[in-house]
Amino acid sequence: MTARIGVVTFPGSLDDRDTQRAIRLAGAEPVALWHKDKDLHQVDAVVLCGGFSYGDYLRAGAIARFSPVMETLIEQAKAGLPVLGICNGFQILTEAHLLPGTMLRNDHLHFICRDQKLRVENAETSWTTDYTAGQEIHIPLKNNDGQYVADEYTLDQLEAEGRVAFRYLDFNPNGSQRDIAGVTNEAGNVVGLMPHPEHAVEPLIGTGRTDGLPFFTSILKKLVNA
Amino acid sequence: MARVVVDVMLKPEILDPQGQAVQRALPRLGFEGVSDVRQGKRFELEVDGPVDDAALARIHELAESFLANTVIEDFTVKVEEVVEAGK
Repeated sequence: MTARIGVVTFPGSLDDRDTQRAIRLAGAEPVALWHKDKDLHQVDAVVLCGGFSYGDYLRAGAIARFSPVMETLIEQAKAGLPVLGICNGFQILTEAHLLPGTMLRNDHLHFICRDQKLRVENAETSWTTDYTAGQEIHIPLKNNDGQYVADEYTLDQLEAEGRVAFRYLDFNPNGSQRDIAGVTNEAGNVVGLMPHPEHAVEPLIGTGRTDGLPFFTSILKKLVNA
Repeated sequence: MARVVVDVMLKPEILDPQGQAVQRALPRLGFEGVSDVRQGKRFELEVDGPVDDAALARIHELAESFLANTVIEDFTVKVEEVVEAGK
């Protein structure tokens, strides 16, 4: 028995296959989930992957957030289901108010695609236990709307509670406040980030390292040991 | 039938890089004297039936939960035209 991890495909999702592959490489079983399906098929965790769900119409993630699959997911995430949102998935999680803040257009207005250095700030979430706090990793970043914003009060609260999970290092690629690349909810089961760990799981591709793989091995260990 | 207009604007304290880009392009096009541009969204809702307080309340809820992201945006709701049916 291994863990079953769902990957939701919305119209416009791009990285569902890569995410499934990363889950498989980590040793878990990927389960394809469809946006119109309210049923999560008894998965043990869910990844919302990158792309441009519903064409990013209105705001990135704004329409996906109201899809049938999200109704069930929001309910279960609040009850403890581990959920990871990558890029567009992170945007969907903020639109769903499962994570605080939101994403604006990159401050320089350009789409950006680069190998990004990050610091793992919180290695205690469901998705980060295979890292150590303070560890520096390189994973790809590619987005148009990646500028993380929240009000000062929320930012202070996130910092105080250790909920800034990842920070951009050396270079802030999009104007994100306090260099925030990803955050976690209070319980640590819902995590979102803009960079793409699923693209850095094999030495041949991505950044030439496997710095993204621990996301998927972390959740697998948590689920199998549970 | 009535048209209800929902205007959505970034909050004043939120940086608007798109508006800034538009503003910077103006002098190049020969438009002088515009010191700031903010870009927003306008939604025109064609509403069946009377736009009474209950309907406006529903539209307000729709704007707050969907059309605007109140983390970064403000919105206004106004009724633009009311065609009175059969007086």
